[in-house]
Amino acid sequence: MTETAPENHVQFRFRDDAQVSDPAVTVDAFLGQTNAAAVRIEPGDDARQLLPHLDRIALVEVNFPAFTDGRGYSAARLLREEGYQGELRAVGDVLIDQLSHMKRCGFDAFAPDAPLNEEDAQAAFNRWPEVYQSAADDRQPIWALRHKG
Amino acid sequence: MKILTGNDLKSGAVVWWTGKGWSIHVDDAVDAGEEWETVLASEEAERRVNVPYAVEAEQRADGSIRPAHIKERIRALGPTVRADLTLKPNDPDAIAEVV
Amino acid sequence: MYQYDQYDQAMVDARVAEFRDQCRRRLEGHLTEDQFKPLRLMNGLYLQLHAYMLRVAVPYGTLNSRQMHMLADIADKYDRGYGHFTTRQNIQYNWIKLEDAADILADLSKVEMHAIQTSGNCIRNISSDHFSGAAADEVIDPRPYAELMRQWSSFHPEFSYLPRKFKFCVIASEKDRAAMRLHDIGIRILKNEKGEVGARFHVGGGMGRTPMISPVIRDFVPVDQLITYAEACLRVYNRYGRRDNKYKARIKILVHELGKEEYTRQVEEEFQHLLDQGVEPPYAELERIKAYFADPAFEEGLSDDLDLSDPDFALWVKTNTNPHKQAGYVSAVISLKPVGGIPGDATAEQMHLIADLAKDYSFDELRVMHTQNIGLPHVKKADLYAIWQKLDAAGLGTANLDQIGDMIACPGLDYCSLANARSIPVAQKISQRFDKNGKSAALGELKLKISGCINACGHHHAGHIGILGVDRKGKENYQLSFGGSEGEDTSLAKITGPGFDEDGVVDAVDKATDVYLRERQDGERFLDTYRRIGMAPFKEALYD
Repeated sequence: MTETAPENHVQFRFRDDAQVSDPAVTVDAFLGQTNAAAVRIEPGDDARQLLPHLDRIALVEVNFPAFTDGRGYSAARLLREEGYQGELRAVGDVLIDQLSHMKRCGFDAFAPDAPLNEEDAQAAFNRWPEVYQSAADDRQPIWALRHKG
Repeated sequence: MKILTGNDLKSGAVVWWTGKGWSIHVDDAVDAGEEWETVLASEEAERRVNVPYAVEAEQRADGSIRPAHIKERIRALGPTVRADLTLKPNDPDAIAEVV
Repeated sequence: MYQYDQYDQAMVDARVAEFRDQCRRRLEGHLTEDQFKPLRLMNGLYLQLHAYMLRVAVPYGTLNSRQMHMLADIADKYDRGYGHFTTRQNIQYNWIKLEDAADILADLSKVEMHAIQTSGNCIRNISSDHFSGAAADEVIDPRPYAELMRQWSSFHPEFSYLPRKFKFCVIASEKDRAAMRLHDIGIRILKNEKGEVGARFHVGGGMGRTPMISPVIRDFVPVDQLITYAEACLRVYNRYGRRDNKYKARIKILVHELGKEEYTRQVEEEFQHLLDQGVEPPYAELERIKAYFADPAFEEGLSDDLDLSDPDFALWVKTNTNPHKQAGYVSAVISLKPVGGIPGDATAEQMHLIADLAKDYSFDELRVMHTQNIGLPHVKKADLYAIWQKLDAAGLGTANLDQIGDMIACPGLDYCSLANARSIPVAQKISQRFDKNGKSAALGELKLKISGCINACGHHHAGHIGILGVDRKGKENYQLSFGGSEGEDTSLAKITGPGFDEDGVVDAVDKATDVYLRERQDGERFLDTYRRIGMAPFKEALYD
C-alpha cells in the first residue's frame, strides 16, 4: 500500500490561492510525521484526528470511493466548523448531482475520477435559488431571510 | 430454458427478449441460449431496457412460456388482485395459472 | 395548515427542474442506472414489478381538498385511475412512466406537493399523529415541529447519502397513534413541570428484519434546540452507521451495537459543538409556522347529541370516529378497507368525493392515516349523518376501524419487486372470512398487519396478529405471529411456529380468534388476552 494517493485532476476550484500540489498522505501517515501539508481522508477515517493540526494543513482531500457513501460530507463540514481555511478537495467518484451539496459542506475544489460535463456541472452548482439549512458555506438559510431585520 | 427480461427504460413496462427485440408478451420470449450474457450487456448499453436479467422458464406443448418463479409469472401477467389490469383482462384462468 | 411562501415554492420548483434534467441525462446515457437510481429514489420513483412507482409525500399526513383533487387527477392522467395510501401517510401510484415523472412533479408543485425524499438513503417524509390539531388528548399540535423539521431535512447537504433510509415521527400526546417508537427517531413533544415545551427523543427504533423499539436518549430537548439536537443525532449516525452491510445499516443497529449510553454520549458531545454553529432557526420561525396551524373557526356551544336511530349509522359512529378537543365536533375516519377490497387503495372518483367532503364538512382538511385510511379531522357531529350517507353510497362507509377487517397490508408480490409473497390476497380472504362468520364486532379491537417480505412495510411485527409472507422453495408461505403493538404500549410480535399456506393462514387466524373469545376476561382485547395467557393455548389450537 502506498502512503501517497494518486493525483487527480482538479476540474473545479473556487479559491483564489495557488493550487496545492503536494501529494496528499493518509491520515495515519500524516499523524506519524510532522511536515506534510496535504492529507487525504478516506470514508472510515475520523476527521477529528486532524483538528489539532489544522493550522499547518493546506490541502485536505476527501475521497469518495463510491458516491453513495456520504461520510465525507460530515468530515468536510466538521473541518470547516472547526475553522479549517485551506483547500478542501472532493476526489474520487464525484458526480454532477452531488456537487451542490458538497459545496455547501465546505468543499471548494473538485477532482472527479472522470471529467464532468461543464455545462451540466455549472447548472448543478447553481441549482438551488435558496437553501433551507445553515451549513459550511456562507449562504443565508431561508429562515434567516424570512426573519431579516 | 433461460429467457431474458427487464423493464422498458422509458415506460417501465415488463418486456421479454424475442431474439430480435423486446415484447410485452412472455409467450414471445425465446431461449437465450449460451449467448445471454452478451445480449444483456449490449441491450443495457442501448438503454432500451433497465437492468435486464435472465430467468428460468419452460416452454409448454402449446408453445406458451411459463417462467419458473411466481414473481416472474406475476410480472408477465399483471397483479393477481386486479384482473382488470392484467395483460389478459378479467380472465380468471390466467390468474389461476400464475399462482 | 401550512402554506408555501415564495421560498418554499422556489425550492420545489428547483427540484422539479433538477429531476427533469436528471431524467434527460439518464435517457441520453450520461447517467448509468447505478448513478441514476439514488437520484430517482430521492424523488420517490421506484422500479417495481410492472412499471415505475411514484410515491408522493403527504407531510405529516395533512392535505387539503385541492391537493386531494390533484392526487385524483394524477391517478387519471398518468396512472390507471387509482392510488395506494401507505403506512407512512403517503400515496403511491403503480403504473408510472419515467417519461412522465417530471411532468407529474410539476403538476404536484402547483398544489404545494412533491415527492421529495419519499425514498432513498436520506431523511424521509416526517410522519405524525393523524389526529394532530384535533385530538382531545394532545398536549399541543405536533405539526409545526414536523414542518420545521421538514424544511430542515429537505435537501440537507450533509445527510443526503446516509448509510440507510431515515424516518422521523413527531407526536404530542401520550397515546401513540403513529408507531412513534418504531421509527429511526421518534419525537414526543411535551411540556415539563414548568410548562415549557420540549421534545423527548427516542432513537433507534424500526421494523424490518431486525425490529427494535427505540430507547429514550434525551428526556427533554428545549424546543429552541430541536433542530440542533436532531442534527447531532444524524451526524453521529452518518459517521458511524455501517456501510458494509445494508441489512445492518439502520440507526437501530448502531444504537444497539454502540450501546444507548455511548451513542447518547457522542450525540451530546456533537450537540455541544453544534450549539455554537448557528444551525437552529430562530424561535420566530417556529412561531411563523405555528400561525398556519391555528385552529379553524370552530363554532362554539354546539351540542354533543347525536341521533343514532339508524343502526348502521350508529355502528359507523361507534367505530369510525375519534373524540375531538372542541365540543360538538369529532374526527371521522373513512375506511379504505371495504370487505374483500385492497387495503389502502382508492380510486380517483373516491378521492374526488373525499376531497369534496373535506371542503364541505371538515374545514378543507384531510389526513392520511398510517392505518391506510383517510381522516376528516374536524367534523361537526350534526353533519355526521350526511357525511356517512355519502360515504356509504360510494362504498366508503365500512364501519371497521381498528377491527380485524381494518388490516394493514403492504402491496406484496402483486406489485413490489422486493416481496417474497403476496399480501393483498391474504388480506382479502381474511376480510371476507370474518365478514361471513360475523365475528368482527365481537372481536373488537384487533390489529392485523401483513407484510409480503422481511422489510415489514406491512408492520407485521407490530400487529396484535402479524403475518409475514416468505418464499419457501418457490411457494408462498405465511408465518403467523401474535402480541405486537405499535401504540404507547409498543411491543414486538412473536412467531407462533411453522408457517402456513394462503388458506392455512386464514384458518389459523380464525382459530386464534376462537381461543381469544373462549379465554378473554372482561374488557380484554385480543392483545391483552395473549399477553396474559401466553402463546401455549394458541399454539395448541393452531398446530394440534
